[in-house]
Amino acid sequence: MTDVFGAGATEASAATGVTPGRPPTNAQRTEALESLLVERGYVTTAEIDRLVEHFLDDLGPMVGSRIVAQAWLDPAYKQRLLTDADAVLAELDVGSTQTEHLVVVENTPEVHNVVVCTLCSCYPWSVLGLPPAWYKDPAYRSRIVREPRAVLAEMGTEVDEGTEIRVWDSSAEVRYLVLPMPPDDVGELHDRTIDELAQLVGRDAMIGVAPAGTR
Amino acid sequence: MTAPQAEPVLDSHGPAAPPRRNGELALDEPWQGRLFGVTMALCRSGAVDHERFRQQLIAEIALWEAEHPNGGGYSYWDRWQAALEAVLERAAILDVATLTALAAELAARPAGHDHAHPHQHVAR
Repeated sequence: MTDVFGAGATEASAATGVTPGRPPTNAQRTEALESLLVERGYVTTAEIDRLVEHFLDDLGPMVGSRIVAQAWLDPAYKQRLLTDADAVLAELDVGSTQTEHLVVVENTPEVHNVVVCTLCSCYPWSVLGLPPAWYKDPAYRSRIVREPRAVLAEMGTEVDEGTEIRVWDSSAEVRYLVLPMPPDDVGELHDRTIDELAQLVGRDAMIGVAPAGTR
Repeated sequence: MTAPQAEPVLDSHGPAAPPRRNGELALDEPWQGRLFGVTMALCRSGAVDHERFRQQLIAEIALWEAEHPNGGGYSYWDRWQAALEAVLERAAILDVATLTALAAELAARPAGHDHAHPHQHVAR
């Protein structure tokens, strides 16, 4: 596994000797920041490690995937999710640091939902982990609003002309999670466990740029 | 598929794998993860107001985009770093000059300073 969160990670260099005057890299600046904040008692390395692990490994899209799978299996749960996702999240105790609401929007044969943050990169971290690189890309943020059908097609998702596309712009108050439709070939949902179904629900499906069951 | 587990397990591949494996990497370099963790820790402790940070991030991104109409060389995590430093300085938690001085010290360390452990890198 790529250790993208290595504690105290530093830049490596093939050169030897001291290199005075070389401008600090982002990594060195971050190392300095963390060091000063730890020294002054604002953060601890252990807490940073724990949060990073929490947001990536413990949560990641698994929380979102299981929410979707549960909604596929349980109509009453789905209804609660669509009407009050915050309450469902509260029961899960995912420990979000965010104070905004989560709204779940359901894909149907008539409506396809897709999520963006046109201002920056607001994202439901507590259920989807860290946002993918393209979500933060200025091109995605602007084009998905203007020409969603074309952008989705470029990302491999052809939406029928007869299907309405709704683009949801995240804000300080509200973040969105798409509830995708189950894959056509999944068969009888109740023959599957929630874990098996969750495997079919990728991050991109919950942003709305891919159907469930695809990579 | 085995029985449900108490804690979500990190998948190495498949639709439920974490963002860095589900499609493309969410983080390209380790420092971005540390920066994210530092920010979350500060927000969680209340030292930094999440919404204030978010607004600063929006402003940093908008400023960069205004100054780079062609969009080349954009780095989201660079903007995040700038936003966090600005918020911390405004809150008098640390000043950027001190931060820059320490970063410069770190930059001046001999290469391989972090490879001094006897168990590492015997090949020359």
